[in-house]
Amino acid sequence: MFKKKECIAMILAGGQGSRLYALTSRLAKPAVSFGGKYRIIDFTLSNCVNSGIDTVGVLTQYQPLLLNDYIGNGLPWDLDRTFGGVKILPPYQGRGSADWYSGTANAIWQNRDFIARYSPDYLLVLSGDHIYRMNYAKMLAYHRRSGADCTIAVIDVPLEEASRFGIMSTDGDGRIVKFSEKPKVPESTLASMGIYIFNTRMLLDSLAADERDPTSSNDFGKNIIPSMLSQGKKLFAYRFDGYWKDVGTVRSLWEANMDMLGEDPPLRLNDDSWRIYSRHEAAAPQYIGKTASVSNSSVTEGCEIFGEVINSVLGSGVTVEAGASVRDSVIMSRAVIRAGATVDRAIVDDGAVIGARAVVGRRNAPDCDIAVIGAGVRVVDDEAVEPGAMMYPD
Amino acid sequence: MKAAGLVFSHLHDDIVPELTKYRTMASVPFGGRYRLIDFTLSNMVNAGIDKVGIITNYNYRSLLDHIGTGKDWDLARRSGGIKLLSPFITAYNAGGVAGVYSTRLEAMLSSVNFISECSEDVVVCSDCDIICNIDLSQVIAYHLSSGADITLVTKRSGDVGNVTSRHSAVICDGDGRITDVHACTPDDGPDTAICTNIMVISRAYLLSVLGDAAAYGYTSFFRDIMSRNVGRANYRAFPLDGFYAIINSMAGYFECSMSLLDGSVRRELFGIEGRPVYTKVRNSAPSLFLPGSSVTNSLVADGCVIEGEVRNSVIFRGVRIARGTRVENSVIMQDGIIGGGCSLNCVVADKNAVVRDGRVLSGHSTMPFFIGKGIMV
Repeated sequence: MFKKKECIAMILAGGQGSRLYALTSRLAKPAVSFGGKYRIIDFTLSNCVNSGIDTVGVLTQYQPLLLNDYIGNGLPWDLDRTFGGVKILPPYQGRGSADWYSGTANAIWQNRDFIARYSPDYLLVLSGDHIYRMNYAKMLAYHRRSGADCTIAVIDVPLEEASRFGIMSTDGDGRIVKFSEKPKVPESTLASMGIYIFNTRMLLDSLAADERDPTSSNDFGKNIIPSMLSQGKKLFAYRFDGYWKDVGTVRSLWEANMDMLGEDPPLRLNDDSWRIYSRHEAAAPQYIGKTASVSNSSVTEGCEIFGEVINSVLGSGVTVEAGASVRDSVIMSRAVIRAGATVDRAIVDDGAVIGARAVVGRRNAPDCDIAVIGAGVRVVDDEAVEPGAMMYPD
Repeated sequence: MKAAGLVFSHLHDDIVPELTKYRTMASVPFGGRYRLIDFTLSNMVNAGIDKVGIITNYNYRSLLDHIGTGKDWDLARRSGGIKLLSPFITAYNAGGVAGVYSTRLEAMLSSVNFISECSEDVVVCSDCDIICNIDLSQVIAYHLSSGADITLVTKRSGDVGNVTSRHSAVICDGDGRITDVHACTPDDGPDTAICTNIMVISRAYLLSVLGDAAAYGYTSFFRDIMSRNVGRANYRAFPLDGFYAIINSMAGYFECSMSLLDGSVRRELFGIEGRPVYTKVRNSAPSLFLPGSSVTNSLVADGCVIEGEVRNSVIFRGVRIARGTRVENSVIMQDGIIGGGCSLNCVVADKNAVVRDGRVLSGHSTMPFFIGKGIMV
């Protein structure tokens, strides 16, 4: 039983996230832990629900086991619905063909039957690996108002960083006149956030044409958007001025976590009007012990802290024993920092154990030198882990 | 063996009138992120019970809000799950008391349809003034293997503290068979077993005694059913190991909250593998400890922003404590706002309380200073 929907969302969650190294050796990038009690995809899913979009397809490909488990029936995001809800869409074997998703556009094409069930007027295409809080309903209203075929969300980036993004040039009305993917000499600072709203019928026609082109890499940024522009379709840029971060690298993941801290944090999650939902365990409140000292940090349920925690983000159920010190670090769920250990400028993934008196990272190490301790890794007592070291799970 | 659950949300409300002014005992906030009923429901769910009737009488709107569909306890089911047993008030009895009950036995009688429609062999009954993490499957197994009609879970009086005539003393022979049940008197020493308000009853037996109660107009479960039949029926006691607390006064609530700062209590309540305590998920952000804050020996739930100093306290979800403020030996319930330059000692602040800048408030551990729900000081 399917109901027509005005707009449904498709989240591209198949990315391997190879530049997160040890953090994505066992799971897809959207499933990486973030901010103490979230996984990266929680932000996109919560944005959908908070924007009134109740039908969401999640396109998975790389290491989907944990992501499938995590999303489950969608209950934590209120997406366990009778009409719509969240659906995991892995590649499948069809009668004519059996293909992995060859590109972002192909992934949507292969799921055109899923889309057709809801006959949506608009299709919202999202990435599952960005940290931001955004009301897609406002973007959709803009899309309708401007009469666009496609609207791309853009954010102003510093000129020196612009060559890392897809850059738009627009006319006075916000209509896109030029799109260059990672230009050497950027003509503008409006970067694509990888968030698209398409008129569904027009998109499906474009995807069909793209599939017929054997030279295409079936990618939105490389193929679909340039071809729409060359055909004179109406593409508009929707400017977003809130917090947005692509957490594709160890450095950017660490920075985005640190953005939760401070007197006036750039990434403010403590907002009841736009909650970020997540699937979490039934943990007791955090206990801050008699010998503990916690400063400028984000701490979540289930933690037991007896040592020193400074400028850090702690996940649920983390233990910091007496005499241990955690500074400028991200400690994910259930990790244990034993007595006398020092953790500085590091990301310690789920369930890792830092042995007594071990030293991980270095105070004020250069920014690029963030040590990463993979999920479940045991750093033995008294061991020293260099800044920038990468310890993979077994 | 399948068991059904029967939860009494309303008994003992009168014991902490401050906290039950706007709610039932079941929905009294406790331990930073819980309501008292969470312990009872979690115990049942962790023992595989998936059909739970919750008896309510007055003031149960906050309980309805907390329970919702029951999905946070995995009790949103097509078959079974949570069944709210509210008073049966009709157009014909609304003005009187016919539909509303006060005692345990009267409440059971009003829920006789729920009990008779269950197919489970045993019914686990529990009140909501208790805090413990008990393996009910062991109690059920003991109940069945001993062929009991009723099994009362008991705790040594000396371990409970502050025992009054509201508690039932349970006297057993050497085999664990109950020989006497009576209201506690000062003569009952610290080694006397008292009923924890958790019991397992064979469903067929329960229906038969409820039939007697209806026929003879009985009103008290312990006096009219258990004391009267103790020589004939097979009543058993099951002593409870581990942490157990019963809320019996405001000071008791305060003391019990403070006991959570003891690591062994937290381990016995929250640290048992496979037996978590579930509650309504609120999706609060993690708590922020801002630069300059200082927190020691305290329990802090999610969604808090702490700039001041917190010692020996229980801080619920979404509380804000401003700079220059010192909160000691206190319980601040959800979404409380404590302004700057305050000093709080032995305070229990109910939900949404606001303490304005510069206030100095102090109670004593035997008589905490209470700030009512939504009150501004």
